[in-house]
Amino acid sequence: MPMELPLKGITVLEFSQYLSGPCAGLRLADLGARVIKIERPGKGDPARQLSIKNLWADESSLLFHTINRNKESVVANLKSPDDLLFVRQLIAKADVMTHNFRPGVMDAINLDYSSVKEINPNIIYTEISGYGKNGPWRHKPGQDLLIQAMSGLTYSTGNKNSNPVPFGLAIVDYLCGNQAVQAILAALIRRHKTNQGAFLELSLLESVLDFQFEFITTYFQTGQLHQRSETSNGHSLLSAPYGIYKTEDGYVAVAMMPIEKLNVVLQNEDLRTFAEKEAFEKRDEIKAILSQCFLSATTDTWLQKMHAHDLWVMPVLDWEQLMQTSTYQELKIEQEIAVGNKKIKTTRCPISYNKEYFLSSRSAPRLGEHTEKIKRELLKEKV
Amino acid sequence: MKLLEDILILDFSQFLSGPSASLRLADMGARVIKIERPVTGDICRGLYVSDVMVDGESTIFHAINRNKESFLADMKDPDDFEKIRKLIKVADVIIHNFRPGVMERNKLSYDDVREINPKAIYACINGYSGKGEWKDKPGQDLLLQAVSGVTFLSGNKNDNPTPMGVAVADILAGTHLAQGILAALFQRLTTDKGALIEVSMLESLIDFQFEVLSCFYNDGHALPQRSAVNNGHAYISSPYGIYRTADGYMALAMGDIVRLGQLLKCDALLSYTNPSEWFDKRDEIKTILQGHLGSGSAREWLSILEPADIWCAEVFDYDMLMKQEGYKVLEMEQEVFINGKSLKTTRCPIRVDGEILRSAKGAPSLGEHTSDIIKEFNL
Repeated sequence: MPMELPLKGITVLEFSQYLSGPCAGLRLADLGARVIKIERPGKGDPARQLSIKNLWADESSLLFHTINRNKESVVANLKSPDDLLFVRQLIAKADVMTHNFRPGVMDAINLDYSSVKEINPNIIYTEISGYGKNGPWRHKPGQDLLIQAMSGLTYSTGNKNSNPVPFGLAIVDYLCGNQAVQAILAALIRRHKTNQGAFLELSLLESVLDFQFEFITTYFQTGQLHQRSETSNGHSLLSAPYGIYKTEDGYVAVAMMPIEKLNVVLQNEDLRTFAEKEAFEKRDEIKAILSQCFLSATTDTWLQKMHAHDLWVMPVLDWEQLMQTSTYQELKIEQEIAVGNKKIKTTRCPISYNKEYFLSSRSAPRLGEHTEKIKRELLKEKV
Repeated sequence: MKLLEDILILDFSQFLSGPSASLRLADMGARVIKIERPVTGDICRGLYVSDVMVDGESTIFHAINRNKESFLADMKDPDDFEKIRKLIKVADVIIHNFRPGVMERNKLSYDDVREINPKAIYACINGYSGKGEWKDKPGQDLLLQAVSGVTFLSGNKNDNPTPMGVAVADILAGTHLAQGILAALFQRLTTDKGALIEVSMLESLIDFQFEVLSCFYNDGHALPQRSAVNNGHAYISSPYGIYRTADGYMALAMGDIVRLGQLLKCDALLSYTNPSEWFDKRDEIKTILQGHLGSGSAREWLSILEPADIWCAEVFDYDMLMKQEGYKVLEMEQEVFINGKSLKTTRCPIRVDGEILRSAKGAPSLGEHTSDIIKEFNL
C-alpha cells in the first residue's frame, strides 16, 4: 500500500516564479500537498522560457520541468477584475500561498497579507523578497549571484589570491525556498492546534546570511575578516590539511586530521617540523608541502594508504564517476517523468520517510492546463 | 503562540548537520535538550576554528547551539540510560547523526525508541544513507562535496575542483531533516503515529544540484564546463560572474552583451549580436569585459548600469556589508548570554506574523541543565 503522504489535503497556491518560491512548492508537493501555480496569461512563470543548454521538455524548458513537476497550473491575469475574483475564490479555499514578487506588487492588487486575511483568516501567507521590504535595496532585483556578492559569501570560496568566487549554483534561491518550507510546515502545525493562520516573511539576503552564521559569529568576536588559504582552500576557518589536492592522476579531498597522523602515511621530512598547534597559523606553508606530496602517487594509492589509518579522505568525483558507485546506485535517487510521449529523468525528494521515498511521476503542468478543471471544481462546491 | 510551542526535542547529534536542524526548530519555538556525553560533550565544543574561543569553547559551537539546554548522560551507564528512556517517553522528536550502527549498539535504534514511545519522531542524518561501498564512511562535509560532483561547478575552468567554502552539505542535510521532522509532526496531529525520518548528506547535495543534474541526465551525460574567466555558473552565458574593477569587485548577472557594450562604452562588445555567442564565446566576451571594467571603479560602473536596470551589484566583504544601510535595516544580529557574558551572533532568518524571532538564551555549558531536567521530569 502506498504511504499516506503527510501533507495530504493541503492546498498551496504558488504565485512564485523562477526558483526560490517554486522550489518550496516542489518540496511541499512531494510531501503530499496539492500545489497550484497561478500564472499570467501568455508566458506564465518566466522560468518556462529559461533553458539551460537549450534543453526543452515540451514548449517549456527542462529547467522549468525540473522545478515544477507534480504541480497544477491555472492562468489568471491579476490585473483583470474577473480573474482576480476567481483567484480570490481560490484563496478563500487554500491553506497556504507563496509569492516572490518585488515589494508592492501584491499590495497594488489587494493580495497583500492584510487583504488576503480578510478573505481567508486562517491562511499561511508566505512572502519571499530579495532584501526585505524596507531599506535602500528593496527595489533591487533579487537575483542569486548579486545577493551572493553582496552578502560576503564570495569571500569564502576559492584561494586567497583569487577573485571572490561565487558558488556555482543558485544557493541563495535554494536556501530561501527550503527555509520557507520549514516555516510553512511549522505554521501548519500551529494552525492545526489553534486555527490561527500565519504571515511568514523571508528574504534571499537574510537566508544567505543565516547560512554564514558560523563565519559571521566568528567575525563578530574577532573583528577580523576570515582569510582563504593560499592553496587548497576548503574552509577558511579550518587548519591544514583541509582541502582538495591534486594527485598523480586526479584529486583527493582531505578533511580534518592531526598533521602528525597524516605524516604517518606521507613520511615527509618537512612536515615533521610543524606542531599541531601551528596547523592553522602556518596552514599555507603546510598546504604547499602537501600539494607537492600528493602529486607523487595516484588517488587510489592515497585512498588505500590513508583509509588504512582511518584518515578522512575521499576521491574527488564528477557526476559520471559518482554514478558508477554502488552507493549512488542503491540510493535510487533518479526518477522518470513522462512529458507527453517523451520521458525525462530527474531527481527525487531527498528525505526518506519510514524507509520509503517520496516519488511522483507527474510532470510539470502546461500553462493553464488546470484552469477549467479548477473553475469547475469551484462551481460544484457552490451548488 | 510560537509556531512550535510545546514540542520537546532530544538532540543526540554533534557538530553541525543535526544541531543546525535543532537550532532552527528551537528558533521556531521548540524546546531542545542536547544529550551530551560526559567530559567532551558535543565534539564541536572543542573544535577551535581559526583559534577563536568564547568561554573556553569554539565560537561556532556557540553559534550553532544557542537557545538549547544540555543534559549530561553516558548512554552506556545503566542509570543514565534509564533517565534517557524516561526522557524519550515524553519527547516528541529524537535527533541523531551517528554513523549507521552506533545507536543500534546503544539500544536506541528507531525500533528501540518506538517501543519506549510509539509516537516519537525519530530523525537521523548520515553521510551515505548506509548504502553501498561508502556505507560506513563518515559524513564529513568536504568529503561529501568531493564525491557529489559539486566541486566541478565553482571556480574557473583551469582551477582545481573547488569546494564551496561553507559547510553546505551539513547545513542542507540539517535543513532537509527539519523539513521531514515538521512534516511528520504535522501528520502525527491526525494519525497519532510516530515516524522515522532519514536524510543523508549525499542525497541533500544531489537535491541541491537538482537543476543541473537533471540537465546532465537528459543531455547524454555531458559534464559541466566552468568558464575559464570569472565563472559564476557553468551553465549560464556571459557576462554572469564577478569582475575586478579599479577599486574592488562587482557582480554582473544575466544581461544583453550589446547593450552592456553600449552602456559601458566598450566597443569590442558591440559585434556580439547573436545571443547564442554569449554562451559559446563567453570566455572571449568575459575577457574583453574584464579588461574594460578594470579601468574604472565599481561605483562608477554601477552608477551607469543600475539606472539602466542591468542586474549588477558591488561585491562586499563583511566589513563593507555591515556598514550598509540595507544590511542594518534587516536587524540580522542578536545578543545571546552565556554565564552573564554577551555574545553577538545572527538570528533566525524567518519572520512570523510581522515579528523577528529572537532568543537571548546562549549555548548551554556542558550538562548545565542536567539537575533541573532530572527534577522537572522526575527522572
